Amino acid sequence: MSVLVYIENTEGKFKKSGFEVLSYAKTIANQLNTNLIALSIGNVADDDLKSLGNYGADKVLTVNHQNLKSFVNQAYSAIIAQAAKNSDASVVVLSNSFTGKGLAPRIAVKLQAGLADGAISLPDMADGKFIVKNNVFSSKAIAFVEITSAIKVLALMPNAYKVVETGGQATVENFDYQANESDFKTIIKEIVKASDKVSLPDAEIVVSAGRGLKGPENWGMIEELAALLGAAVACSKPVSDAHWRPHEEHVGQTGITVSPNLYIAIGISGAIQHIAGVSSSKIIVVINSDANAPFFKVADYGIVGDAFELVPQLIAAVKALKS
Amino acid sequence: MKILVCISNVPDTTTKITFTDNNTQFNTQGVQYILNPYDEIALARAVELAENEQGTVTVLHVGDANADATLRKALAIGASDAVRINAQPTDAYFVASQIAAYAQDKGFDMILTGRESIDYNGTKVAAMLGEMLDIPSVSITKKITIEGNTGILEREIEGGKEVLAIPFPFVAGTAEGVADWKIPNMRGIMSARTKPLLVVEPIEVQGLSKIVKFESPASRTSVQLIDASEVGKLIDLLQSQGFLKN
Repeated sequence: MSVLVYIENTEGKFKKSGFEVLSYAKTIANQLNTNLIALSIGNVADDDLKSLGNYGADKVLTVNHQNLKSFVNQAYSAIIAQAAKNSDASVVVLSNSFTGKGLAPRIAVKLQAGLADGAISLPDMADGKFIVKNNVFSSKAIAFVEITSAIKVLALMPNAYKVVETGGQATVENFDYQANESDFKTIIKEIVKASDKVSLPDAEIVVSAGRGLKGPENWGMIEELAALLGAAVACSKPVSDAHWRPHEEHVGQTGITVSPNLYIAIGISGAIQHIAGVSSSKIIVVINSDANAPFFKVADYGIVGDAFELVPQLIAAVKALKS
Repeated sequence: MKILVCISNVPDTTTKITFTDNNTQFNTQGVQYILNPYDEIALARAVELAENEQGTVTVLHVGDANADATLRKALAIGASDAVRINAQPTDAYFVASQIAAYAQDKGFDMILTGRESIDYNGTKVAAMLGEMLDIPSVSITKKITIEGNTGILEREIEGGKEVLAIPFPFVAGTAEGVADWKIPNMRGIMSARTKPLLVVEPIEVQGLSKIVKFESPASRTSVQLIDASEVGKLIDLLQSQGFLKN
């Protein structure tokens, strides 16, 4: 028996969400009194692979092949499922990232395993059961999902589990997989990087703005504040509907759901659909000129005032702090 | 070109979410059900593509007769025919198994779902279907166009997008941006009444997971208001909680 965890890399580098998944899976492996095996696909330096031991991996399996340089979800899910079978894994853990969302369901079907995606808790294994919490009804409720199959697949929500450094180095082994030509039907034509900005789904801080900003020309100060805080930029639905900002910045029930440590909402009134997409943020700060804006009801800190005066003051205060 | 669009019937976005039976069942009392918004844009894009390519669009739902009004709405938006698999869904695996069993021998070129339903918020059915039918899947698709027998899809990735070329058949879960929501016109509403709605009995399959309990998220303590003349106070508070690193 073992716990298998798949660690994503971006251009050969592991990300924080990968270490979160490792720390989470390590705790599960300890609960089950078994080994933690990490799997990496693609070209990652040996030292980086070994360093996964510092987050609890006992062994690291690596697959590096020309065909696998970019993400192909059929091939990747086939490899992860094969590794799970070879290691006799009873639990398979991934990140609930864009990539993980494409992989986990395919792996679950291959292994005839129940899947809890967007997991926000460790499994409760009392009475021989296996129950994990996730957010449902757009974060208006939490469900306790019992997985009833022998093998379990968990996709961990970003920012839901703290990274724990355990010390230690892992042994690294090459993993041989059986390639199947039909797994390579999808051809990647192009990868377009939006920019070097912080990516929204796994951002620790998000600065978000709404119609209160009056027009797309006023987003400069939002971007400046975000850059100073190391934050991702987001917006409300009316803003992306009006094409002031791109769709990929829209957070809310029909956009991206985020769960950062800090969410700063500027000029967003707080429609129920918007709040649904951000309510699992740890701290919410609301800046709005309308003291009756519903967003204040779910905020931790609020300032009633004009964004055009307050945001430049915030920028100045952060700059003063940093210098 | 034959397109299948899988739809769910979900509580309206403004629904107050409560539970009954000792927090084990969603309280459907007085709840207004709608076509899942992500499925609606999948349908809107399917109708646009079918118009260009002289194709057909079938909508499919796994559930009971309460969803028939939603299926009629999908027909009014422009689907050619509707199928309802008459079963109470237990989990995504159950639903995907039912859809796969139906779609298997129908020769669909493209199967669309919404990226997730706004009730249980899984992003599972599209990729499960792809695996069950052994065809490619894209779980979060921002754009779909067709070139001959190939779909050109844009997939959302962290910090950007990927443009993919995928030969028919494939499954795609659609996100915002794939199409604008379509409002059915009078002619659509009239013709929807006479379009076929086929009820199919389910196959036998066991779910692999179940929801055993619900709870409400912890409510936040009330907001601490800071005076607009004391912006620095907010920065101090955030710094004391470790948010502002040098």
